[in-house]
Amino acid sequence: MRRYFGRKLLVYGLTFLVAVTVNWMIPRFMPGDPVQSMIARANVSQPAAVEAMRAHYTSLFGFDLPLWKQYANFWAALFRGDLGISVWLFPTPVTDVIVRAVPYTLALLVPAILLSWWAGNRFGAFAARRRWLENTALPVGYVLTATPYMWLAILMAWGLGVVAGIFPVAGGYGFALRPGWSAEFLGSLALHWVLPFLSLFLVAFGGWAIGMRNMIIYELEADYANYLAALGAPRRLIRRYAFRNAVLPQITGLALQLGVLVAGALVTEIVFSYPGLGHLILQAIQNQDFFLLQGTFLFIVVGVLIANFVIDVVYVLVDPRIRTGMGGEAA
Amino acid sequence: MALRVNDLRVHYRTLKGEVKALDGVTFEVGDGEILGLAGESGCGKTTLGKSLIRMDGRMRHAGGTAELDGAELPIGDDRAMDRFRFREVSIIPQYAMSAMNPTRKIGRMVDELLRARGAEPDGAELRRRLDLVELPHTVLERYPIELSGGMKQRMVMVISTLLDPSLLIADEITSALDVSTQKAVARTLTEFRERGFVRSMVFITHDISLTYQIADTIMVMYAGKLAEKAPADTIVTRPRHPYTRLLISSLPEVGVRYSDRRLSGIPGSPPALLDPPAGCRFRDRCPLAFDRCAEEPPAVEVAPGHHVSCWRS
Ligand SMILES: Nc1ncnc2c1ncn2[C@@H]1O[C@H](COP(=O)(O)OP(=O)(O)OP(=O)(O)O)[C@@H](O)[C@H]1O
Ligand code: SF4
Ligand SMILES: [Mg+2]
Repeated sequence: MRRYFGRKLLVYGLTFLVAVTVNWMIPRFMPGDPVQSMIARANVSQPAAVEAMRAHYTSLFGFDLPLWKQYANFWAALFRGDLGISVWLFPTPVTDVIVRAVPYTLALLVPAILLSWWAGNRFGAFAARRRWLENTALPVGYVLTATPYMWLAILMAWGLGVVAGIFPVAGGYGFALRPGWSAEFLGSLALHWVLPFLSLFLVAFGGWAIGMRNMIIYELEADYANYLAALGAPRRLIRRYAFRNAVLPQITGLALQLGVLVAGALVTEIVFSYPGLGHLILQAIQNQDFFLLQGTFLFIVVGVLIANFVIDVVYVLVDPRIRTGMGGEAA
Repeated sequence: MALRVNDLRVHYRTLKGEVKALDGVTFEVGDGEILGLAGESGCGKTTLGKSLIRMDGRMRHAGGTAELDGAELPIGDDRAMDRFRFREVSIIPQYAMSAMNPTRKIGRMVDELLRARGAEPDGAELRRRLDLVELPHTVLERYPIELSGGMKQRMVMVISTLLDPSLLIADEITSALDVSTQKAVARTLTEFRERGFVRSMVFITHDISLTYQIADTIMVMYAGKLAEKAPADTIVTRPRHPYTRLLISSLPEVGVRYSDRRLSGIPGSPPALLDPPAGCRFRDRCPLAFDRCAEEPPAVEVAPGHHVSCWRS
């Protein structure tokens, strides 16, 4: 068990290292000059003032140091939780900008991922080998998963938002409101949350349902299912076993899909102008805010790695085959 | 008579048509009798075994009946068969290695299975039977992957017979085992019968010499039909059907030491069962074939309990 997790942690550590390095490299070797864009935004026309500003910003961001030093500083800053200063919202620290956006993204992602996984698996298992459902719901599921997030999100915004007028289509809360704990604000928050959540949920739901249905059919053809059926075990018992065994690979699937789901959430946020991390990324790109971009990516990478690790742990807890396999290794 | 099978026909539905894997087979198995079912690959042994307990989705009951202890088995009706399964007819599957749910502890799985069948689990009895097959009681606390192949095999034998079925079907259960384990399994099966865990048994195998060790009666099938059925001794020492004779003569020293010897060495191959030719199905390979064999030979009782389907018998 110890060795298994040791190895896993090592892999995650290496991934983190590579991610940070790539993250550090990208803005530095990308076209575009953040300092230049700051100066342009400041709208100063005197050449002397421009020069002074350039010197100031360059040293502030550390661009005048040798590359290795920049890299070392980057790591040092990272451990202090310092991701630099946002150019877009100068002079707010990037960490603060991210911390403000994170609750929105989490409030979208966590329920969407968990609920779609749970409901999709339940539904897929239920639909498996029930002909009328397989003939009706399955094609719908295929369409849902094949639809790009963007499309579905836009369609929903148009249908339920613009045409039916039930839900607002943009923002995290009403423009006129100030964030707080008032009932009005919370209600507006919930209302704005529905469409982005639903679009994410639906697409993922279809995928899980189809995957589960196929897994269940596979399990129902497994030897143990045939043996139980030959001994006259009721369908209920066989299906229960099949479900439990089919859920295990779906947990791995969840780990694999996590990145895709996060990416989907980012797109959704952009479509609905939802003030989460995806929205930040869009703003960072539009404003050539490299630090913000860097910080956001880093944050996402770390989040995905942590989530993957949690899934690894869960998997070991629920699959006796892995658990006993590791027991043998340790003994 | 425990089992009475009458003109049973079971076909496989395929895209090209129906494969007549079991094409009118009639036989009986007495109380306490172990019937060995032999014949080369593809002759319909598994099809017969499955028909008696659970047909798969591609099989179709095309005719005939099977009667167990006087009650007709609804073999074409999957739901109606449930009542008979496990309690009246049970099976030790060929795939004993993977027959148990890998993610349940064995004891718990047995418990759940029994309860689902409306039987009260009897722990003491279960442990007695584990002792009998020399399995430690702790296997109940383990997952199937923690057992060796031989242990799994014995565990499945115990599970299958837990409700003391009247008829047990054992399909090719020794094929994957080494010779000494094969013998142990065969001994266990006879012991199960002696102790009344099962009343009668259909023991399916390629291996006629292993069959000879445990079977009271041997039935030889050929291409979906019965070729010959007789007491084990008679089949081995005085076979009447040319096919049985070839099978027996291909064994070096019957039933004694060469129990891992498989049926082989008869030139030619059996006819396709999709559209079998009229007349005796062994005709193409039979050294004794003559004009009359263009007509199908009926199964005739040439001596008490000795049935042969051959014009020359
Ligand atoms: N699913 C299927 N679809 C079509 N034909 C099948 C199917 N299963 C079996 N058959 C055919 O039915 C015949 C009998 O098969 P069966 O499995 O009963 O043979 P067997 O005597 O058990 O052979 P073996 O000794 O190899 O196990 C064979 O000719 C085979 O080709
Ligand atoms: S009936 Fe004819 S072909 Fe068939 S086994 Fe007898 S002799 Fe051979
Ligand atoms: Mg077979």
